[in-house]
Amino acid sequence: MKNNFLILSFALTFLLASCEKTISEGPMENEVLDGQVEGLSYQESIQFLKGDEAFAEVFTSSKGLGPVFVATSCISCHAGDGKGHPSTTLTRFGQIDGTGNLFLDFGGPQLQNRAIPGYEPEQIPNGATSTKLTPPMNTGLGFLDAVLDADIIAMSDPNDNDGDGISGIPNWIELPSYSILRANAISQNGKYIHRFGKKAAAYDLLHQTVNAYNQDMGITSSFDPMDTFSGLEIDPEVSNNIVNDVVFYLKTLKAPIRRNADNAEVLSGGNLFSQIQCASCHKPTLQTGNSSINALSNKIFHPYTDLLLHDMGSELDDGYTEGNATTAEWRTPPLWGLGLAPDAQGGQYFLMHDGRATSINEAILLHGGEASNSKLQYQNLSEIEKNELIKFLESL
Amino acid sequence: MNKIILTTILILILGVPKSHGQVDSTLFKRIPTDTIKSTLNMDAVYNRPFLGFGKTPVSVGGYAEMNWQYLGTDGVSEGHQFQMRRMTLFVAATISKKIKFLSEIEFEEGGKEINIEFAAIDVEFHPLFNLRGGIIMNPIGAFNQNHDGPKWEFTDRPISATQMLPATWSNAGFGIFGKKYSKDWMIGYEAYLSGGFDNSIIDNEENRTSLAASKANHERFEESASGTPLYTAKLAVRNNKIGELGLSYMGGIYNNFDDDGVELDQKRNLDVFAIDFNSTIAKTSTFITGEWAWVSVDVPSTYTQQYGRKQKGGFVDIVQPVLKKKILGWEKAVLNLACRLEYVDWNVGTFNETGGNIGEDVWSIMPAVSFRPTSQTVFRLNYRYQEQNDILGNGPAITNGFSFGISSYF
Repeated sequence: MKNNFLILSFALTFLLASCEKTISEGPMENEVLDGQVEGLSYQESIQFLKGDEAFAEVFTSSKGLGPVFVATSCISCHAGDGKGHPSTTLTRFGQIDGTGNLFLDFGGPQLQNRAIPGYEPEQIPNGATSTKLTPPMNTGLGFLDAVLDADIIAMSDPNDNDGDGISGIPNWIELPSYSILRANAISQNGKYIHRFGKKAAAYDLLHQTVNAYNQDMGITSSFDPMDTFSGLEIDPEVSNNIVNDVVFYLKTLKAPIRRNADNAEVLSGGNLFSQIQCASCHKPTLQTGNSSINALSNKIFHPYTDLLLHDMGSELDDGYTEGNATTAEWRTPPLWGLGLAPDAQGGQYFLMHDGRATSINEAILLHGGEASNSKLQYQNLSEIEKNELIKFLESL
Repeated sequence: MNKIILTTILILILGVPKSHGQVDSTLFKRIPTDTIKSTLNMDAVYNRPFLGFGKTPVSVGGYAEMNWQYLGTDGVSEGHQFQMRRMTLFVAATISKKIKFLSEIEFEEGGKEINIEFAAIDVEFHPLFNLRGGIIMNPIGAFNQNHDGPKWEFTDRPISATQMLPATWSNAGFGIFGKKYSKDWMIGYEAYLSGGFDNSIIDNEENRTSLAASKANHERFEESASGTPLYTAKLAVRNNKIGELGLSYMGGIYNNFDDDGVELDQKRNLDVFAIDFNSTIAKTSTFITGEWAWVSVDVPSTYTQQYGRKQKGGFVDIVQPVLKKKILGWEKAVLNLACRLEYVDWNVGTFNETGGNIGEDVWSIMPAVSFRPTSQTVFRLNYRYQEQNDILGNGPAITNGFSFGISSYF
């Protein structure tokens, strides 16, 4: 009996002492997109966690969902802070040029294609052109947000003065009433450079977040109190604090960490990337200016974008636009984290603005317009070189 | 509401002994549980250890469950967690020869939730025809009826029974039940009309179709959201040498389709079918029990695909006694090895946009060692390994770790 007690006591003590080691290790930090940037203070980490929680909050009808909506939570469209899936794409309609949306009185610009029971979702009005947009990754947004307007302008070449066939222009749009100007913001005829979204039609992460609450989930805030269903101003359904926490969360999500960067094929693919002029638009390196968040101030980072609009040719022209972009113009999407996209898309790629490309190769071949020359050079690469280039892109 | 329940409990627990003056422990008499081997899951509500008070017709009982667990998901753990999962009190009374009352009141998570899980009057007209009215446990599957902690070798209740099916799922209602024996065979039935579900099953913070979400609606004991009955029926057959097989159905209109005569939505149905079984292999004394259920919910076609129209899932427990002898001073102690396998697909179907499979599923394996110093008390050590995919099929998120718990009738 005494021995039994001893064995039992020993077994329980062993279990308590060793249980930490029994937990399976999670994925490596470079295998996931979520996680905060390094160097946040204690208070900033707390706000990051609050924002993380709010990002996952599920809205129900009693919490203000809809009544017409696209998704029930932020995380529904950005699983693991990654790209969305065809089932989470949203549709926008009603604008064909810089003169503005012609269908604002008919529910534009965004289609709320779902509705709570008892309500009918919106339909695209007759005569309106539309496009589908796959939700983007959330990672590293704070770095992009902190790039100086002057640096964006420096990358632009509206008249293709260097003759490389690539122009690149900022999307100049009037600010939403609640936006706070960035330090050193540059204006042009009362308009400012917008940089987020497929058409670069969102000024900053507050603009993006307020729109997402309102247009995606039908959740009003004091920033945008207009109910998408009734068109009336109603009480805020999410507090300013929560909106600000989500904005902070998006700002302080870490940038994707590269994998296999030293692999010989990847290195070779990186050289090809520059050689065939992909890097002319997908700029590998940018720099932040001063930021109220120290961890984001004056950092060099590698997003592979220039935050500018480029004409991508007729195949990607859906006949819809935002701001001053033409219907064929799209903002250069950052390529960082590309290799991790399938981890959030159910194990396969859904690339380009609407997820129509199911492989990187297919996505490259859909490039046209200003990217035609690069696409042609890609097509002329050997299969080995194409493979190296794709391995490089997967390493981002 | 909680005050009323607490007051009732205090009166029942304190008031009854007081009527006999000074409480003398010899007045408490352990009422043996039904020792007939052939009981059905439907008998579980009465087949519990009770304490009687002398010659009074009132008896009381209950059980408690406390756990320690150390679990982590994808390498992130909440650390050591100590939990008082629940304490449940039973109060039963024989009102007259053929009229009984039984109640089960549960305090969960240290009193955070207090629920009347069962409180019904049973009137026997014939063994094949009994009337039951009150707060009844809808007999869908087996676990909902037979959920007492000390009966199971695992610290956690089955995922399919508690998160897909909503055990413990009780409603105010009426019904009939009966049983018939014939040699080794026994057949039993139950049929109830009760209050039931509401819109929350497709409008909840789980972001998926969740019958269990309706448990949060305590109004259901007073007002049915749909204004129509929830139908629940079960047929169970048992052979003493083979085991028990149960087939059950629960369904009806779940949504609030009309308010003050104004039509808000069309009537929307839910249907649940379940099959359950249990058996003991005589040669090895191996006990096997499990259930599987299919859920079908009418979700508006214009609603989000997050909320699935179909769900399925179940579990099977295998319990193998390996030692039956005097252990640590307990005369008839039993040491068991056990294992639970469970699976739930929260959203059966394919995406409209791609035709690809909708994920949102979970499977788990839980090996266990349990020690029963007596049949009414169990010490259990479990290890869980679980994989869960999100709606897009991303993942799996891996959860694993140990839990240890004690559960005992008192």
